[in-house]
Amino acid sequence: MSAVMTSNPVVVDDQGSQARQANQVRKFKLQDMIFHRVTLLFALLVLAALAGILVALTFEAMPAFREFGVSFLWSRVWNVPDERFGALSAIYGTVVTSVIALSIAVPVSFGIALFLTETCPAWLRRPLGTAIELLAGVPSIIYGIWGLFVFAPLFARYVQPYLQAVFGPVPVIGGWFAGPPIGIGILTAGIVLSLMVIPFVASVMRDVFETVPPQLKESAYGIGCTTWEVVTGVVLPYTRVGVVGGIMLGLGRALGETMAVTFVVGNSNRIVGSLFAPGTSIASTLANEFGEADPGLHISALFALGLVLFIITFIVLAISRWLIQRGIAKQGK
Amino acid sequence: MSLYSRRVMTNRIGVGLSMAAMAFGLLALLWILWTLLYNGFAALSWDLFTRDTPAPGSEGGGLRNAIVGSLLIVGFTALVSTPVGILAGIYLAEFGGRSRFAAAARFVTDVMLSAPSIVIGLFVYALAVETVGGFSGWAGSLALSLIAIPVVVRTTENMLVLVPGSLREAAFAVGAPHWQVSLKVTLRAVKAGVLTGILLAIARVAGETAPLLFTALSNQFYSTEMSMPMGNLPVVIFQFAMSPYDNWVNLAWGGALLIALLVLAINVIARVLFRKKSSD
Repeated sequence: MSAVMTSNPVVVDDQGSQARQANQVRKFKLQDMIFHRVTLLFALLVLAALAGILVALTFEAMPAFREFGVSFLWSRVWNVPDERFGALSAIYGTVVTSVIALSIAVPVSFGIALFLTETCPAWLRRPLGTAIELLAGVPSIIYGIWGLFVFAPLFARYVQPYLQAVFGPVPVIGGWFAGPPIGIGILTAGIVLSLMVIPFVASVMRDVFETVPPQLKESAYGIGCTTWEVVTGVVLPYTRVGVVGGIMLGLGRALGETMAVTFVVGNSNRIVGSLFAPGTSIASTLANEFGEADPGLHISALFALGLVLFIITFIVLAISRWLIQRGIAKQGK
Repeated sequence: MSLYSRRVMTNRIGVGLSMAAMAFGLLALLWILWTLLYNGFAALSWDLFTRDTPAPGSEGGGLRNAIVGSLLIVGFTALVSTPVGILAGIYLAEFGGRSRFAAAARFVTDVMLSAPSIVIGLFVYALAVETVGGFSGWAGSLALSLIAIPVVVRTTENMLVLVPGSLREAAFAVGAPHWQVSLKVTLRAVKAGVLTGILLAIARVAGETAPLLFTALSNQFYSTEMSMPMGNLPVVIFQFAMSPYDNWVNLAWGGALLIALLVLAINVIARVLFRKKSSD
């Protein structure tokens, strides 16, 4: 293509038009250079935004890191009046809600992707696929208020007492379900979060499942494999990388989600072993406290939390991108 | 025989569970939508569009200031992110090629697509709120633009890459400069796809709450002044839903319905538009 770009289609007929054309070509070259530079500038903007986020957050978080040192990361104190801050309770809540969300979302998404690519009748494939994609478009604040007003009360009334009765006496696990069933807490946040993450994970899984060459699947069906055997024996091994990428994408989403969590997590800066207990996450601490925080250590500590969140999600999402790309790139081979 | 029946059994259970998963996903969608429609329509009235958000403890009220604020903030976001996103997308598709810079830009854009939006809010707070003039509608638009731009960049690039080489070469062959080929030939060929990207970007940011919390803040009164704190639907929903007042909670549902309908409508339009154009 570059050869085409640089060749000048000049047709020589007389001196005057030759000069005019040379002029024109020069003008075009200048315009092209400007065009190239301008578009480059905007492409640079994207990279600049990332650098800007890292620099600005680090700068704002410096006072907190200077005051508390690296132990900010594993200190569980979050005391606003005393101005003593540690990130552990927020990190704990973020990680636990995300793990709960994924442990529900991954099997369900796998089932949805399996259904859409293998067993779904052709005429239903598109509408159902679209429905799942639309679910991905629903703003997270909708999940949040649905969780708060509809899901949490029902969960407290019907599901939590049941869970307590069943798992309560079991050692170790029983502690997870201790405490009053108030509906709002880490577990509820994890479940609402899982509903939010399912569409993302399911659509990536469906996309990578579709990259499996039909010959491969047909030969498995041809020797008498069942649908389940084809999926677990052919499709999954073939798409392993992309599937893990999709799960990581869901994890990235879950870690950074604000609204779906803030409404139902209970917002308490304490680490309690029970999943029924209220907790907090990095994003919901920011949403709740940043607006009313006094300038100084409190704001700085919140920026430090934001920085931690950004770095964690960036790493997770970067791995996810890399894996998904590798998973999709297989298609051509 | 026992091996056979065990395989059939496993298959039935596996496929059955996958159907159950699909049903679970759909039921969740329907349940959420039904609650939203039920509570939202109960809150829907003319007051919602003609009156402003009520003071604590007062009766009634509407969402006029928040609706106008949201439209302004999202409108300016679209105005900013469309040209920026399209030009950056053109760079990646036309000039970037396989260069290391282009690969890095693509990677960062992809990651920014899913970056936590609340961190974008923090960044804009540090960049624009703390340093210049405080909370404002502009700051809100800036935060939303940072989220919308990656969406536009990636769809623009993905669409441009699909343009057949022959079209581009034909334009070059008649002597058109590169900028004309990009803007008047290839970009025009993928108009529908790029428009879809813009619509999806708008749908993405229209419901974003977190980045507006520390940038546009909120404003109890009607205001079209972008340099001042500005009321907007997501933040009002957030504040009102958590409040103890019944009329506030009611308004939150009304606002949630408006946002969800808007976002779903944009999504559907974008899909229809793209499908129609791409099947031509």
